[in-house]
Parts: sequence; structure tokens; C-alpha cells
Amino acid sequence: MGSVFRPKREAPADRSASDRLRHREKVRSSIRDNIADIIADESIIGRSGDRVVKVPIRGIKEFRFIYGDNTPQVGEGAGDEVERGDVVGRKPRPGRGQPGEGGEQAGVDYYETDVSLEELINIMFEDLDLPDLERKQLASIESLRLTKRKGYRQVGLRVRLDRRRTMLTKIKRELALKRGRSADAPVDEDQRSPFHKSDLRYRHRTTEVHRESNAVVLCIMDTSGSMDTVKKYLARSFFFLLFQFVSRRYESVEVVFIAHDIEAREVTEEEFFTKGESGGTFVSSGYRKALDVISDRYHPDLWNIYAFHCSDGDNFGSDTPSAIAAARELCEVSNLFGYGEIKPRGAGYYGSSLLETFRKIDTDNFQTVLIERKEDVWPSFKAFLGRDREEVA
Amino acid sequence: MSVDIEALQHWDEKIRELASAYGLDCYPQEFEVCDHNEMIGYMAYSGMPSHYPHWSYGKSFEKTKTLYDHGATGLPYEMVINSDPCLAYLMGDNSVCLNVLTIAHVYGHNDFFKNNFTFSPTRAEFTLSRFKSQAERVRSYVEDPSIGIEKIERVIDAAHALSMQCQRNLAIKKLSPDQQEQRAYEAALPRKDPNQAIHRSEEYVEPDVRKTPLEPDPDLLLFIRDHNPFMTAWEMDLLTIVHEEAQYFIPQIETKIMNEGWASYWHYQIMSNLDLPQDLRLEFMVNHNQVLQPHPGSLNPYHLGFTIWNEIYHRIEGDERPDHRKVTEGRDALYHARESERDRSFLRRFLDEKLIRKLGMFEYASKKGDYVVTEVADEAGWEEIKQTLINSVGMASTPVIKVEDADHEGNRTLLLKHYFDGRELQLEYAEKTLAYAYQLWGRTVVLDTIVSGKQTLLLYNDEGLSTRKPG
Repeated sequence: MGSVFRPKREAPADRSASDRLRHREKVRSSIRDNIADIIADESIIGRSGDRVVKVPIRGIKEFRFIYGDNTPQVGEGAGDEVERGDVVGRKPRPGRGQPGEGGEQAGVDYYETDVSLEELINIMFEDLDLPDLERKQLASIESLRLTKRKGYRQVGLRVRLDRRRTMLTKIKRELALKRGRSADAPVDEDQRSPFHKSDLRYRHRTTEVHRESNAVVLCIMDTSGSMDTVKKYLARSFFFLLFQFVSRRYESVEVVFIAHDIEAREVTEEEFFTKGESGGTFVSSGYRKALDVISDRYHPDLWNIYAFHCSDGDNFGSDTPSAIAAARELCEVSNLFGYGEIKPRGAGYYGSSLLETFRKIDTDNFQTVLIERKEDVWPSFKAFLGRDREEVA
Repeated sequence: MSVDIEALQHWDEKIRELASAYGLDCYPQEFEVCDHNEMIGYMAYSGMPSHYPHWSYGKSFEKTKTLYDHGATGLPYEMVINSDPCLAYLMGDNSVCLNVLTIAHVYGHNDFFKNNFTFSPTRAEFTLSRFKSQAERVRSYVEDPSIGIEKIERVIDAAHALSMQCQRNLAIKKLSPDQQEQRAYEAALPRKDPNQAIHRSEEYVEPDVRKTPLEPDPDLLLFIRDHNPFMTAWEMDLLTIVHEEAQYFIPQIETKIMNEGWASYWHYQIMSNLDLPQDLRLEFMVNHNQVLQPHPGSLNPYHLGFTIWNEIYHRIEGDERPDHRKVTEGRDALYHARESERDRSFLRRFLDEKLIRKLGMFEYASKKGDYVVTEVADEAGWEEIKQTLINSVGMASTPVIKVEDADHEGNRTLLLKHYFDGRELQLEYAEKTLAYAYQLWGRTVVLDTIVSGKQTLLLYNDEGLSTRKPG
């Protein structure tokens, strides 16, 4: 009996699809578990969405009882070239290994996977889980448009009469009429057939509700002398998350950078994060500037406004009452307004804190957070968006 | 893709004639022609046409596909599974020559599956139906709304971690608990003493037959299945399924070098005596040398096996002119070894100093982050190299861990013992694997092993891992 040869089946099922999906879900949940660490990583902040980042994955290794490092091995093909004591290789070290390698090796407790920033941010926001907030805070503005065409009707405005379709209907009716007559009936070639009212066809239009979805993110930062690089980095991480979050929900998002010490200026992104200023701090100046920008360019009826202020909590005492007043005004016009106090540990708690001061503001869309380390950025961000008003430390 | 099935059938006809003339004894053979995507799919599931679902196979698929797509690795030319009829896959994208070579190679594996003693308990005639039934059972649990994928994965994850802790030599029949009890009583009986009349009779000590297990049990999954009273039926079935799969693959793990060497030896014999046109012959030589090239610094089982099988034959045939009687004798020696050895015994019997030198073998170990050569193939080193190799092939690379006591210290703690042979366990893996054992057993699990040269008990319970001094 001959052997059986079976040719390729016509439509092979992709049998591993569901197992691949489960594996990918595991990778995603592993990323989600470690999101705070990953977000805090400097390489992510300030990148565009199509960039690929390497993310260490834990917890999806398959463990078994295996022998440790002290196990000798045998190789071949050396001939007389090797002597006892020769070094024939180097052990891969964690963190320095080849990407994608090391998953099977003992001692390397993670392997890396490539994730696009886009996907990473999606995972991040899945983690947020904020249905209530979205309804309340992210309401968009409705406006009417009258442009959508939708088929043809027998009635309508004279200007929308579609002459071609009307003619077609008339011809169809005439042909049907002819066919309906008996063959021996007298044919009058000259008979005119007039347009009938049922021949008329009008273009139909519907009104469509269109959701305006414009948003502006106002980044306000204290750039006085006391804000050093570490503090600015923490602030930048926070602004980055805010921008990513907002741009995921609106069609067009604009960002405004407002730097302030005693006076406030609107600056470019680069100046915002790099330029150091000197002198004291008037927080209210930053808020006033923001209010000016809003009234000039971003009317609250047309724009969704997200404002966030980062500072190290240092403010001239005399400015505090006017800062509170300005903050209240900002709350009224924005969807969400937040204040983040950045106090890296070990930096010395010299100045005052504005956290206490801002407690007095109790509108729903105001939130204060305290950021001490880069690991705090993500939890703070969650608290900022969440309704949980407890202070995050 | 166009596969010339008729051409393959033509060559297959000739190959089978040669194979039976050489005395190869094969199951009926079936070939399935597939493309490279399907091949990667089959590889993820060890070639099984149906297999239960688990995310680890998805991971394996992604890994192979990524490596293949980036050109880091090629795909195997062939994939054969131990079943009756024997099932093998050919890649339609490969050249005719490569597929003819693969067909010849497959008959070698087929003969090996049918005749090597380690494969006889696998019941090859039921392979496909068994895997299919297992897949169907697992799928039915996944679809059961009271169970679902998450619970299933939790159990399978744990079972996979322990599945290699099972009996290695399936030819040795495991005694049932009753037989073990019988044996314990027999062992307790006083020895036969020809001088009974003048000797004081030995005192009879009643053996303790309450201990569970009476004799250390190598099958962790089955033991847990049979002795954890809180296991549900589906959990027990999952453990059985994973255990059966491990048992099915053990013969292949245990005979990797022999099996690949055997198939390579016969594809070489067959291809050399097939009337191949000149162009195919050249292509065959290129492919053959590619498959069999030594991998400097590691071991190529094809090359090692091929070299040893050739040596076995030539030791008998000698270098003289072909003698018909010697040829038969040489073949007999080959067939005998193919039937009765597995990698460890095969290497012990046939790998001698001359071969070790010829293969340029050396031993290396890690020292402070470097791999350092510890022995080379000379008079002083070859025996050490041979022993190290024997200790690292097949299941010898998996630590032996057996169940010693299911009621350790009277509180239903599961006592496992690592049978130490000079190699210590990798501790991080041991911890994670013990966590799985704890999950399945439901009570404290203790592993008796050696850590940094000292006997240590690794204890795992709801507080995680802790260590204890024995005693």
C-alpha cells in the first residue's frame, strides 16, 4: 500500500488564533500591572505615538523545576583549539541581553516586548476605568449641520427638484403604460404624455447633530528659581499624560503653555520645560494669564478646557487670596482644573504648601495632588481624573 | 505555491522500496503538505492536528513566527509525529529535492517510533484520537459557564509546571498501592537462613503500611490528583490530560540523539542509492551537510547521532572491501541498538574516547559570568566529558523530584524530595514551581533539597516561601 499524500487544505483555520489572543491579553495585563513603573520611565515621556518602546514583561514565564547555574555542559567541534580555562562565552545579563531573548533562561526574570506608544497609552487609559467621569466632565458641545443628503422624496422644496430623476420616473411610467395596453389598440404616435405629480423627485436632506470636539489643555507651571530639573521632569510627565488623555477623546486638541514667576507669559513647549527663571512666585499671575487666554481664544461654550498647574508650593503670602479667587474663576470655565504640588523627597520642605490653601475650593472639578517621586505620577494622575478627593501621597 | 504531488509520489515509491530492502519496519505513512504558516502552527502544538488550547502555545507560535519573519531561524524541513499511521508534514514551499530528502528522513523516524522500546507504551494507534478527545474535553470545560477559561488556565499553568516530574522509563511497570504493600510485607519477612536451626531467628518487624505513598512516587500530578480530596472532577481530568501528554513526549525527549541520528543515517543511505538526477544530487549534498554540520560550542543531535550510528556500523564492517556477511552483521547491530537503547545508554555504550576526540568535545561551566572550559577531549578528560554529556541528555536534564509523604508531620503537608546528583536547583524557578504545587495540593508543600551545599527544606504555604533546617 502506498503512502498517502494529502495536499494543502483549501481554507486552513487559524487554529492558534485564540491562544495567541490569550497570550497577548496576558502581556497586556502584565503591562497594566506594572504601568506605574513604565510610565515613570523617562524614555516614554515626550514621544510621539508611533514610536515603539520596549517594555519589560513579568509573570508570563513558564516555570518548572530546573537545574541552576552550576551545571556543566558539553559542546563539540572544538578540536585541539581549546584548553582548560579558556573562556568560550559570556552569560547574558539581565537588562543587557538581546531583545526577545532570555525568556527561557534561568535568572533573567523578565523579557522585553515591543509595544507602540499608542498601544501603551490605550492600556494606560483602560486602567483608568472612568465611566462616570466621562459623562460628567467630558461632555461635548452639540451644534447643528444641515449638509447631509439622504435619498429622494416625492415632495419637497421647488429648488431641490431633481430634474433628471423626475424625467426617468416619467419615462418609466410611459413605458409601463404602453405595455399595459392591448396590442390591437390604436396607437397614437403624437399623443403627448404630460408630467404627472407623482413623477416629481426632490432631493432630500436631513439635519445631523454634530458633536463639537475641541479641547484645549492649559499647562501652567511655576518657573521660578526653586523649580529645578527634577521638579520640571515630574511636571512634564504629568502634562504629558494629561495631553495624551485629552487628545484621545477630542478631534482637535490645542496646548497652551503658561510659565509664571511674578509675571506670567505664554511660551513655547521648549521654553516651558527648559528655560529657568529666577525670582519669586505669584501664582495668581499664572491663573490670570490662563483666564485671559481663555477669554481671548477659547470660549468655554465652544471649547473643552483642561487646566493644570504645577508648582512646588512656594508662593508669596500676600498673593494667596487672589490666587484662590483666580482658581475659583478657572474652575467655572474649565471642565477640569487641577493643582499638582511637586516636592521631591529630600528636597527640603522649606516653603509653604498650597495644598492646604486650596482645600478651601470645593467645586467638583477641582483636584489637588502631591507628587513626591516619579512613581507617584501615575497614581496622582488617576486621582486627578477620578472623583476620589482624597489626597494622594 | 504549486506542489508536484505526482513527483513526490514517484520518489516516495522508490524510497519505500529501498527502505524495506534495508529492513526498515514502518507504520503506514501519511504526508500532509502545508505552507510555512501552517507549519509554524503545527510546531506550536507539537505537530498535533488537534490539541487542547492554552496561551503558552500562542506564545510559542508568536515566538517562532517572529524569529522566522526576521530571518533569525529557518523552519524544520519536516515534522513527524509518533502515531499509527505515522503522520508527517511537508512544506509545499520547499524544493522537490528537499521534500524527497525529508520523505527519506521521515521513514527513519517512522521505523524508530515503531521499534524503539521507549515508544511501545505510547500506544501510537490511539495518539491522534487521544489528543482529539483531550482537546474536546478541555474545550467543553472552557465553555462550561461554571468553569471558564480563567480557572482552566490556572490549573493548566500549574500542571504544566509539574508535568515533567513523572516516571521516566515507562518500560518499568509502576506497582499499584496494593502491590507496594505486598512488597513491603515481603521485604519485612526474615531472610531465608540455611542454618536456621543454630541461629536465633530474626525478629519480625511489622512494616508501616499506613504511610502514603509507601514507595516514593515520581508522578506528582497523578499523586496530587488521587490524594487531594478537594479536587473537582474537571480539575482531576485536567491533571490527567497534562500528565498523559508529558508521558507521550518523554520517549521523544529520551531518544532525541538516537532518533535524529537514525533518521539522518537512513536518509543518507537511501538518498545515496536513489537514482537522483545530477542537479538533485548536488542539492541533496548541500542540504544534508547543512543539517548535519556540527554546531561549534553546543551539540547538534543530528550530527552526534549520525556519527555514532555510522561508527556502530563501521566497527563491524571494518575498512575492508564490502563483505556481504559483514554488511548483514553490521545492520543487525544497528537494528539491535535502535530497539533496545535510549540516549543515555546509547552514549554510555557507544561513545568512546576515539569518538569524543573526533567530535572535538569539551566540557564547560559558568564561572563569574563567563563560560569557562573545564575539560577537553584528552586522555584525562574524556571520561568526565562523557559523564557530563550523559547527565545532560533527555530527561537527565530535569531534576528528579518524588513524593515522599502526603501526611508529613501529621498535618497533611506534602513532602517532596529532590534526588540530589550534584546539581542544585535554580531557586527562583523552584520557588515559583512550588507555588504551583501548593496551589494544586491546597496545603503546605515542602521540598527537601540541597541549597549551597547544605540540606534544606523549602517550605511553601499561604505566606509564600520559607526555608527550614531539616530535623
